[in-house]
Parts: sequence; C-alpha cells; structure tokens
Amino acid sequence: MEKPGIWKDKILPVLTVILAILVIWHVFVVILNAPFERDQAARAGTVITFSEIVPKTFVQERPVLPAPHQIVAELWDTTFNKAITSKRSLVYHAWVTLSATLLGFVIGTALGILLAIGIVHNRAIDRSLMPWVIASQTIPIIAIAPMVIVVLNSIGISGLLPKALISTYLSFFPVVVGMVKGLRSPDTLYLDLMHTYNASQSQTFWKLRWPASMPFLFTSLKVAIAISLVGAIVGELPTGAVAGLGARLLSGSYYGQTTQIWAALFMAAALAAVLVSIVGVAHSMVLKRMGVKP
Amino acid sequence: MDRFQTESENNARRGAMSEPKKTVVSARDLCLTFETNDGPVNALSNVNLEVQKGDFVSFIGPSGCGKTTFLRVIADLEKNTAGSITVNGMTPDQARKARAYGYVFQAAALYPWRTIEKNIALPLEIMGYSDAEKKKRIAETLELVNLSGFGKKFPWQLSGGMQQRASIARALAFDADLLLMDEPFGALDEIVRDHLNEQLLKLWARTEKTICFVTHSIPEAVYLSTRIVVMSPRPGRVTDIIDSTLPRERPLDIRETPEFLEIAHRVREGLRAGHSYDE
Repeated sequence: MEKPGIWKDKILPVLTVILAILVIWHVFVVILNAPFERDQAARAGTVITFSEIVPKTFVQERPVLPAPHQIVAELWDTTFNKAITSKRSLVYHAWVTLSATLLGFVIGTALGILLAIGIVHNRAIDRSLMPWVIASQTIPIIAIAPMVIVVLNSIGISGLLPKALISTYLSFFPVVVGMVKGLRSPDTLYLDLMHTYNASQSQTFWKLRWPASMPFLFTSLKVAIAISLVGAIVGELPTGAVAGLGARLLSGSYYGQTTQIWAALFMAAALAAVLVSIVGVAHSMVLKRMGVKP
Repeated sequence: MDRFQTESENNARRGAMSEPKKTVVSARDLCLTFETNDGPVNALSNVNLEVQKGDFVSFIGPSGCGKTTFLRVIADLEKNTAGSITVNGMTPDQARKARAYGYVFQAAALYPWRTIEKNIALPLEIMGYSDAEKKKRIAETLELVNLSGFGKKFPWQLSGGMQQRASIARALAFDADLLLMDEPFGALDEIVRDHLNEQLLKLWARTEKTICFVTHSIPEAVYLSTRIVVMSPRPGRVTDIIDSTLPRERPLDIRETPEFLEIAHRVREGLRAGHSYDE
C-alpha cells in the first residue's frame, strides 16, 4: 500500500481545484469584459480583432469581472502599502469589522449558552422560548439590521455595539441549538449514575452535562463565528457606515470599483477562514485535554 | 410462604458468624406496574424478599421477569406502585440520599472525558470527600480490582473487562455496604467473565459487602451466590428462592462438583416451573 503523503492527500486536491477555478475565471474575464472593448472600438470607429480584445480585458480600469492578478495587486496595495490607520487601508477596515464580529460572537455565545441551560433545565422556558429562537432566524437579517441600527442610534447607542448586536442575533442561534442537544446528550445510564450518588442539579450539570456538551459547543462555535462575520458586514451595509469591510463593499459598488469589492470579499473570506480555524484549533486542544481517542 | 424465609437454616449453615443478621433489603408484597401505550404491564407482582447483611443474592430469570426492575426499585431508580420495601430500614429514597449503595450497570458507564482515577473520584467529589481521602480511596479500590497502575488511563485505553472492573471500583470507593450489580458481566466473553466472577468473590470476602446481583447465567448465579432468587415473567414474580449449600470459599472448579450441578439443576427447574422456557 502507498504511504499517504501530505502532498498527495492535502495539497494536490486543493491545488487542482484552485487551478480549475482560475481557468474558469480567466475565461469569464474575457467573456464579461469583451463587450466594453467592442463598444469602445465601435465608438472610435475602428475594427478590433479577438486577439486584440483578450489582453485588454485583463487590464481594464473598471472591469465587470476583474482578473485575479488585479485583485491580488489591489489586496497587496491596500494591505501593505497603506498605513493601517488610513481609511484606504484594508487592514483598517478589516479590523473595524473584526472587532464587531468578535464582540458579537462573545455576546452571542454567552447568550446562546445561557438560553440552552434554561431550556434544558426548565420545561416552561423550553416550551415558551424555543419557538421564538427558531422564528428569530426566519426573519431576513438584511431587513432587521437597519432597524436595529436606527433604533439604537435614536437612544444614543452607535458605533461598535449595534453592529455587534446584529452578529449576536445571528450567532446565538447555532449555539442554542447545539448546546441544547449537547446538554441533553448524556445517556440515561450516566444520569442514573448521578441519581444514585444523590448528586445535586448543579453537580450533574458541571460534572456531566457540561463536559458532555463540549463537542457540540465547538461545532456550533465554528458556525457561529463565521456568521458573526456575515452579521457584522451586513450590519455595515444599510447604514452608510464609513468604515469596515461592508462599507468598503458598498462604496466599491457606488463607484463601480469592482476590484475594490472583490478585494474586500477576499479579505472577508480570509478573515472567516482564520477565525474558523482558530476555533478549530481550540476545539482539538479541548478534546485532547478531555482524552478523546485520537 | 415459608420456603422463602429460610433464615434459620441460613444462620445454622454459617454458624461461625455469631452476630445476629441484619436485614438490608426487605420487600413485602412489592408490586410495580408500568403504564404503557399498550396498557399496564406488571413488571413486579407481589415480591416478598429479605436480603441479610453479608449475603450475595443473585436474581436470575429471562428478560422481562423484573429482576433489573427490582434492583432499580432498591436503588430508587423506579418507584413501586404497591407493597413496601425498605433498604437499611429506610425507604429507598432515604437510603439513596444516605448513599447506602453503589450501583454497577451492565455497561461500565465510565465518563469518557475522565481518567480511570478521576472516574473513581466522581462519587467522592459529589459526596465531598477531602483530597487526601480521595487519593487514598482511589489507590485502595484500584488495588482491590487489580487495576493499580491504570489510574491515569482513559476508559477507551482499557479492555471491556478492565472498564467494568473500574466501574466496580467506582461503586466501592465510598462507604456503601450494599452493592447492586445489574448484569455487570453480561457483555463480556466467557473467559473474562469467569475471571471476573472469581475476582468478585474474593472482593466480596474482603469487603464483607452485601451484594445483589442480576444475571441470566445459571452457572454465574450458582457460582457466586449464597442465595439465588429465581424469577419469571408476565407478571414478573419470584418463583423460587434457593439457599446455596456451597462453601464460601469457591475455586472455579467447584462448578464440576455434584453439589454445584444439583443447585444449577434446581435453578433450571425453577425457571421451567415459571414457564420461562415457553414461547
């Protein structure tokens, strides 16, 4: 049998997909940006051949679909060539969004865990609250976000917190659902054992339900951190925010700066990837401490 | 029925023990009916039984005969619907709150995120033992079940038999004189089972605990017990109580002796009388 290698098992499949995406991307750059070049040629009254069009589609100022190298250049420029305090710096905007994301994630996780504890221990809370928790997620966030911002602004709360609350609104849900399942996951056998020891409710919680729910918690947290980021970006969109990745997306679309939009999108994706993998690392560290079979 | 209360014979046989016998479990006309969607099910019907201190009592019968249910009533995991039962002279609820018994389930039920010694420490933590006391008891009980040196392992690193021994250690760690065991070796293979049976007898002799043991293996019941309670299903009831004539010292090959086979025969007869072989 062949030895599984990191190259064959991890890098090669990913590279193949990236390569395929790049090929398709380049094809579409030509297809989508060519009409502009034809228009230009027609306006100037010249005839332009396909082989002349192709190189031009990759260097347009405001392309319909920017070429990958244009996005990389934009990312590089706005990340490394600008002071991070400057409003032209992508790092600055990313930080604005990240701070709202993290605050929202922390509040959402705490809220989610508390609600789950209530739901698991109290039948009345379970019956009365759980339907609302589920209903809350059927409301499109894009509809509720402006109202949250406006209402909070009218009572003098603005800046980081309103955006964070939108993140909270999205991120508490997977935590509630995951933790309710996790806290209820212990076998009857384990609960019976606690009963034979005459353990109190809090002892049963801390020594059985809480540790048993850890795998569920971390799975939920991975979802929660990613949608926290979405929440923060959405929170920046409808409010005319001046800073943050959402503001960057919005101003990009106002001024037809497609490259800027794509650069902000890639930054958001990278941020999400980093955040999810940090939660992933925390997950495996906790499970390792809990003696999970490797 | 007098046949069920053979204490005088019992005491005569164990004449060496001078102190008067203390009743640990006493059930009078005990009934338990489960309400199910298909109507009421009589899990236990008029069970009368006395378990004396130091006894090793086995409950044997086919599934549905109520042997596990009876154990769960003693442990206050189920409530009887009629009749009465006392554990150490108290109601099962009071006895549980006084931590009168240790319970060993069919599965080891070790918490997977705790090491073996942390698992044994679990009841001690809940009952508020000091750290020094915990340490002492963990070492003692690990030694008792021959698991010294495995304290730092996680449950999955141990074989099924070792896990079950750890779960017995956990039930022995605190001061309960009564050990309730619900088919503890049911999921283990014959060889491991023989070995654990032998160890359990030694442990019983050393700790002088009272043991109530549920099984559906006739040889296991006869080999281990001072008394064998034969039960039969629909409704769950006691059909025979057999006092073992075997000595307390029992090497494994005692199972080849005519005395052993005679008791096993009587158990089998009891099971047959309860129509347990029908269906």
